[in-house]
Amino acid sequence: MNIDSIQNGVVLDHIQAGKSMDIYKYLHLDQLDCSVAIIKNVRSGRMGKKDIIKIDSPLEVDVDVLGYIDDKITVNIIRDGARTEKRRLQPPKKLVNIIRCKNPRCITVAEPQLDAVFLLSDPEKHVYRCAYCDTAKGKKSF
Amino acid sequence: MPRNIIDVTDLSVEEIDELIATAEDILANPAKYQDACAHRQLATLFFEPSTRTRLSFESAMLALGGGVLGFSEAASSSTAKGETVGDTVHTVSCYADIIAMRHPKEGAPYAAAQFSEVPIINAGDGGHNHPTQTLTDLLTIHREKGRLDGFTIGFCGDLKFGRTVHSLVNALSRYEKVKFVLISPAELKLPRYVKEEALKKRGIPYKQTESLEEVMPELDILYMTRVQRERFFNEEDYLRLKDSYILTPEKLETAKQDLSILHPLPRVNEIAVAVDKDPRAAYWKQVKNGKFIRMALIMKLLDIRV
Repeated sequence: MNIDSIQNGVVLDHIQAGKSMDIYKYLHLDQLDCSVAIIKNVRSGRMGKKDIIKIDSPLEVDVDVLGYIDDKITVNIIRDGARTEKRRLQPPKKLVNIIRCKNPRCITVAEPQLDAVFLLSDPEKHVYRCAYCDTAKGKKSF
Repeated sequence: MPRNIIDVTDLSVEEIDELIATAEDILANPAKYQDACAHRQLATLFFEPSTRTRLSFESAMLALGGGVLGFSEAASSSTAKGETVGDTVHTVSCYADIIAMRHPKEGAPYAAAQFSEVPIINAGDGGHNHPTQTLTDLLTIHREKGRLDGFTIGFCGDLKFGRTVHSLVNALSRYEKVKFVLISPAELKLPRYVKEEALKKRGIPYKQTESLEEVMPELDILYMTRVQRERFFNEEDYLRLKDSYILTPEKLETAKQDLSILHPLPRVNEIAVAVDKDPRAAYWKQVKNGKFIRMALIMKLLDIRV
């Protein structure tokens, strides 16, 4: 299968196999006018299988969303057909309006116009807690 | 940005010690503080009913020479017309110098703090947090034991929805050599996140049991709680669990002579009235202490020194 190389854009590599559509959705890539290639189940020496997303536009990627979904993803910035930067991700300390609290007693459920704020409480286990009510939300529930 | 107290951990251990010292000084020299907050206004915004917390805040501000305004139920505020917490608090912060707020929804004071131009004190948000009750509890323990470290404390009753328990466990986990005994039915255990964040992460020992009698001789402090009807979605569950633990003089026979019995009140029947006469009952002193620690907190947040 041939996927053309991109000249100026972003390549998201080392995506856990099967998760590329989640990333497509949360980065709102459907709203882009440029070419976007989603390559699933690519063989990988390190991961066995992985997904890759190629975006043919110099887009500023929301690394907070990516870091929350999977901090093993690498973000490659491509300029004039060559990789100019490779960004490694970290779980962000704060998530704003990326996920919402599901605790029916939380004020953000009663007043959905409030910003949904989650804070990283356990970096090892990747646990986030609602800043309002402390309800936990892990990566798996994404 | 004004300083807010949403969670008791918004205060450092040093600040809590300082508040306790101020409260002790107020108790010893009330006249010295009688005009400390003259011409300042406290707004008490109670979206949920309360006797002790609202009146103790109001009594505290009046004893400091300040004024009070506010409402005691959501029905008598613009909330009944659909106003958001943010808009209500934004409005009130134009009229008051400091706000004490109780709300049935968890996190409402955190939301309010984003819209307020004056300090917000969380006076209880659903089953989540109640930091000024915790400060009251800490002052009471300090007055009863003369210290905040090196004792065994048992929490008994509804440890799941009991916000006072969550806050006090958090606060005491920052002091040295405090042992925790958690006494509850299986359905009302302390939430896992409180155990993990406050106890496990810090390597603090704790014991869980369903039997109050079994652990009674170990305790230096017994913190009783009420099973709260308003926290249950299901009436059947409430009726099944409400009488899980009732403290009686007979159950206290194996307790230490210097045990201190605390309860955030109101009680229903979980402490028999006969226990009130026992010198180890500290819950009425706890009510009184609530006013003085709130006086100290109001002064701190308004940056008033006497």
